[in-house]
Amino acid sequence: MTTDIGHTANPVIEVHHVSTRFGASVVHEDINLTILQGEIFAIAGGNGTGKSTLLREIIGLQTPAEGRIRLFGQDMSTVGAQPTQDVYRRFGVMFQQGALFSSLTLAENVAVPLKEHTDISPALIRDLVALKIATVGLPGDSAGKFPNELSGGMRRRAALARAIIMDPELLFLDEPTAGLDPIIAAGFDELVLHLKAVLGLTVIMVTHDLDSLWRIADRVAVLGNGTILGIGTMEELARSTDPTIHEYFQGPRGRAAQRQHG
Amino acid sequence: MSGKSQNALPHILILNDSVIQCEGSWTIPHLMRLDTALNAIQWPVVKELVWDVGNIRAMDTGGAMVLYRTLAILRANGQGVDVRGLRPEFDELIQLVASQWEHVHPTSPVKVLTPTTVHGWMSQHTVPLGNALEFVGETTVHVFRSLRRPSLIRWQALFHSLELDGIHALPITGLLAFLMGVVIAYQGAEQLRQFGANIFVVDLVGISFLREIGPLIVAILIAGRSGSAYAAQIGTMKVTEELDAIKTLGLSPIQLLVLPRVLALVIAVPLLTVYADILGVVGGALVAFNELDLSLTEFLTRFEEWVALRHFLIGVGKAPFFAIIIAVVGCYQGFQIRGNVDDVGRKTTIGVVQSIFLVIVFDAACSIAFSWLNI
Repeated sequence: MTTDIGHTANPVIEVHHVSTRFGASVVHEDINLTILQGEIFAIAGGNGTGKSTLLREIIGLQTPAEGRIRLFGQDMSTVGAQPTQDVYRRFGVMFQQGALFSSLTLAENVAVPLKEHTDISPALIRDLVALKIATVGLPGDSAGKFPNELSGGMRRRAALARAIIMDPELLFLDEPTAGLDPIIAAGFDELVLHLKAVLGLTVIMVTHDLDSLWRIADRVAVLGNGTILGIGTMEELARSTDPTIHEYFQGPRGRAAQRQHG
Repeated sequence: MSGKSQNALPHILILNDSVIQCEGSWTIPHLMRLDTALNAIQWPVVKELVWDVGNIRAMDTGGAMVLYRTLAILRANGQGVDVRGLRPEFDELIQLVASQWEHVHPTSPVKVLTPTTVHGWMSQHTVPLGNALEFVGETTVHVFRSLRRPSLIRWQALFHSLELDGIHALPITGLLAFLMGVVIAYQGAEQLRQFGANIFVVDLVGISFLREIGPLIVAILIAGRSGSAYAAQIGTMKVTEELDAIKTLGLSPIQLLVLPRVLALVIAVPLLTVYADILGVVGGALVAFNELDLSLTEFLTRFEEWVALRHFLIGVGKAPFFAIIIAVVGCYQGFQIRGNVDDVGRKTTIGVVQSIFLVIVFDAACSIAFSWLNI
């Protein structure tokens, strides 16, 4: 949440030997990850490789069959081990479709965490909400609109504003640029970089937007065949000899994205 | 950052009447305390107020905002301000607040009811009637078109609907009709026994049930069961853009969704009415046997002689109209849902209430008309 002195690279997320199964089908087998404070970490991979499932497990919406996941050192993965409310205040999540509450206006949506978790006065909440709405680049007159009156790009920004309203330390983005046009998607990438710099965020994003990966990701983990095929910077992954990773990054789209950003 | 420094409460100290010393965590969890403290302070009036902020251990946008706001108010009042010791990363936050401040204040203007908003309100609340007529008209057109070409009817959807809305409704309809028969006979039995007119319980149960109570009870049940389901199903399809997909595929949502449901109810409701009639009369006969010592043979003989066929036909004849009202209102409300989860609940409720209301109004109109016609 706060920018404080000493950005030592502490692990904020540790994923140890995580396996996930839905019935007989294996989604993950023995996944290991460490995500450090202050980085933009991307989870990439083809459709159906369990990227979003891994994200849901990290934020405690789903429990893996085996292994353990620690967020800020707190166990999120053991059944029955309820993470404390504090953990939930320390991270923000932007869901794929925004998941804005459709019965609330944009401003009310963004204000929900403040109203629920703090004793801040309505006037101050209104100011904070207006500040965050402006920060994510939404016009002031959109505050009173309902989610179904907003465009897809605006909805994403609104969801982002809600995710960062508590100034979390960690920000999870599930496919933040999927379905957006290239200009708006690039604008969204810029916004994430800007917020990361100003708010000192650690960002974990699930994406298969190659432009985003080249543009903003510090490290990338590529999922495939139920395991992590490769992990590293985009430059490192682009040199990988693993056939799936090679196909992923050296396909026509991958090369185009690399030429543009690399 | 350590947890200890984060949890340090924010403090504001005034030293030598010209130095403001800020300490602790200027973060959202402590924001209310901070805001109250800042608002309560009487700022000393000096040439230059020194703000020593070097001891602020943690700051987020909330803290940055109240600090920026306080400084901005002081400056606006002509007070010189000198901020010292601000950490560069906190300065970035202050800069962020500063760059967006014009969007935070002034706040959005109060909404006033002007002629344009009145017009908007009017058009919002008067359009439904026109929409409803259009919907009824379109449905009617589709009904006649499919009657001429039965291949247009979606038989699979129709049978699915028949199973869900007809067969699955049998247990509850039967139970309720039976109980209603019992209740009517009991209430009548008390009165009739006083006059020794026990036998008239047959007329009472037979006529009231076949003519009014049977069809009404079925209609009300089906409005609650199926009318609400239709509104919610179609509404959800609207929310998930399935209706748009149907249209872009060159299909008619009315043909695909409304027609099978209307036809299914037109078939199911009269059949359910017959079934409810039987069980209601059985309930009545049971009470007559128990309370009024009327044997089953006596009951049936009297029933055959005195309960005219027309009562049954009128009851069952009203049922298809009830069915049309329920199915059309339910589907119509489903189409009225506008991409909002709240709306699904609201329109479903409206659908059920409206269809029960219209069913009873229609029933009353029938009663008046039949009494004029002496049938």
